[in-house]
Amino acid sequence: MLSVAGLHLWRGERHVLRGVSFSAVPGECVLLTGKNGAGKTTLLRAIAGLLDPEEGQVQWRGASARSTRDEFHSELAYLGHEPPLKGDLTGRENLRFSIGIRRAVSAADIDAALTRTGAREFADRAVRTLSAGQRRRVALAGVLLSGALLWLLDEPTTNLDADGQQLVATLIEEQLGRAGIVVAAVHHPLTLAGGKLTQLELGAR
Amino acid sequence: MKAPALEVARLVAARDLRLAFRKPSQLLQPLMFFMIVATLFPLTLTPEMSRLRDAAPGVLWVGALLSSLLALEFLFRDDAQDGTLEQFALSGQSLTWMLFAKTCVHWLLTGLPLALSAPIAAVGLGVPAGAMWSVVASLALGGFALSLIGAISAGLTLGARRGGVLLSLLTLPLAVPILIYGADATHRAIVGMEIAPPMYLLGAITVLGVTLAPLAAAAAVRIGLE
Amino acid sequence: MATWTWFHRLASPPHVYGFARRWTPWIGGAAAVCMVVALYGGLVLAPEDYQQKDAFRMVYVHAPAAWLSLMIYTTMAVAAAVGLIWRMKVAHAAAAACAPVGAWFTVAALGTGMLWGKPMWGAYWVWDPRLTAELVLLFLYLGYMGLRAGIEDPNKADKASAMLAVVGVINVPIIKYSVEWWNSLHQTPTVMKMGKPSMDTAMLWPLLLMFVAFALYFAAVLLIRLRAELLRRERNASWVREVVT
Repeated sequence: MLSVAGLHLWRGERHVLRGVSFSAVPGECVLLTGKNGAGKTTLLRAIAGLLDPEEGQVQWRGASARSTRDEFHSELAYLGHEPPLKGDLTGRENLRFSIGIRRAVSAADIDAALTRTGAREFADRAVRTLSAGQRRRVALAGVLLSGALLWLLDEPTTNLDADGQQLVATLIEEQLGRAGIVVAAVHHPLTLAGGKLTQLELGAR
Repeated sequence: MKAPALEVARLVAARDLRLAFRKPSQLLQPLMFFMIVATLFPLTLTPEMSRLRDAAPGVLWVGALLSSLLALEFLFRDDAQDGTLEQFALSGQSLTWMLFAKTCVHWLLTGLPLALSAPIAAVGLGVPAGAMWSVVASLALGGFALSLIGAISAGLTLGARRGGVLLSLLTLPLAVPILIYGADATHRAIVGMEIAPPMYLLGAITVLGVTLAPLAAAAAVRIGLE
Repeated sequence: MATWTWFHRLASPPHVYGFARRWTPWIGGAAAVCMVVALYGGLVLAPEDYQQKDAFRMVYVHAPAAWLSLMIYTTMAVAAAVGLIWRMKVAHAAAAACAPVGAWFTVAALGTGMLWGKPMWGAYWVWDPRLTAELVLLFLYLGYMGLRAGIEDPNKADKASAMLAVVGVINVPIIKYSVEWWNSLHQTPTVMKMGKPSMDTAMLWPLLLMFVAFALYFAAVLLIRLRAELLRRERNASWVREVVT
């Protein structure tokens, strides 16, 4: 359902992505591994459509992701290095706005997602007062709420304790169980209980 | 079920308003800047009211322009830094509408208060009381057009070196028509003439801005986010 | 289908480079010839203006420079739009190459305007609507070049400045109109009092020829700069290595 073919991308001088190709079917998780600077973040952003590759194509459901951009984005949840949260709003308010612009969500839905990621207890404090790990839990609740089929996660376990890391693995497993696709950039390989797991090493040359 | 466009705009506006009122002191800064700039002119030119009255349209409009430029930096900066602007671009919804909503709120919080408080500065520049309403109206309309055009430059300079200065340099030539018509309207009000002709032209620019600028701003932001 | 081949060739850096290298000497030569003839026609052959005497001859450099500064901005914007829509690197390179040339023409127009103003009005600067609009155009050029310089990533710089050029070109008529409006309110002295129709033929043909000469000169300089841009941008490509050795 997701296919990346011959992606070439330069960031300034550097030829960061050199003909990256892979595909993913529902229920599959693709782990991107590689050293710092290998291009994991760049690849995720290119798939999301935030960066324009010089060559190559990203296809979603058989159509070019760029030409069906809005439909593609409505089925996509992207979580970058920094959780995209407004510091002056509470976790709950953040989710109400960031998910609300995508689809209608009820307060109960938000509550359920926050509980699932263990963020409910601090959901009503301003995000700027939360620790990095707490913010990530709020952001993960956002990914859950988006109802997206494709998850693009950039180092999702950063700043999380052992429980948190297990949570991420479980959430990914559940997403795969829903016939979703996950592409995640990780430093240490994740172990998943179920679902198809593929690894793509970047910067191997 | 994808959220409808109007609901999206409403949510973005509600979010920005809520954020602004959590840090209300920030709203006052452009206003104070405007007042200080308006004060500098009598200090550097002359305290003679009749001569200040001649210079009043220029002082008011240049002051308004400079404080708008200052305020424009805040339009996208915070959202770009914490990644929420990126999420807007990835939401599958019309970025054009979202940015239009942001620009409107930005004007409500900076351009409009500036226009409403202009009479205070205008009094110090010898502007007659009868002209005050026109001063406010022209600054309000011009301020809105400025916010619309400024959104484009703000998007283009996201992540650029010395983005703040660059934003001002890019916006100034584009703002020349707004300044000319706006200052003319203010001048006519002061001497007691009809302000309709320049106001219509200012209105025409604003209408053009409303139809085209948010589109350009959305394209600019997508480029700026790369 | 032949048009598509032509279009594809236009998008290919080595092809454009070859084209530029072959044609530059011819275009440059034609520009030089036209310029000499036009200057002779304007400075020697044309009769002196009954009001301004010989001072009016400044128009032979001032007016074509001003027209060209506008034409180059439009060319730059068109190249930028082509680069954005069809994602052609060569188009972006062309736009980048246009900017400094256009800016210099604007400076030339302003400079000759000032030199003209001195004998006419005794002052080096008058807020003539054309001069004022030229000044704003200069700021537009400087803003474009400033934006390019301020963005690190070359692709992003290309796209952002392209967007700016397109927005700018839409604004140029609006700016011109507003400056003329402002001028009509304040009745400032105008530098160039003669309109084209009222000009004597003997005065007119050198003016038009000079415009052609400047346009050819711009084309030659653009092609030279474009070659340099292409070499710089594609320096890691194999065709560049072949060209350089």
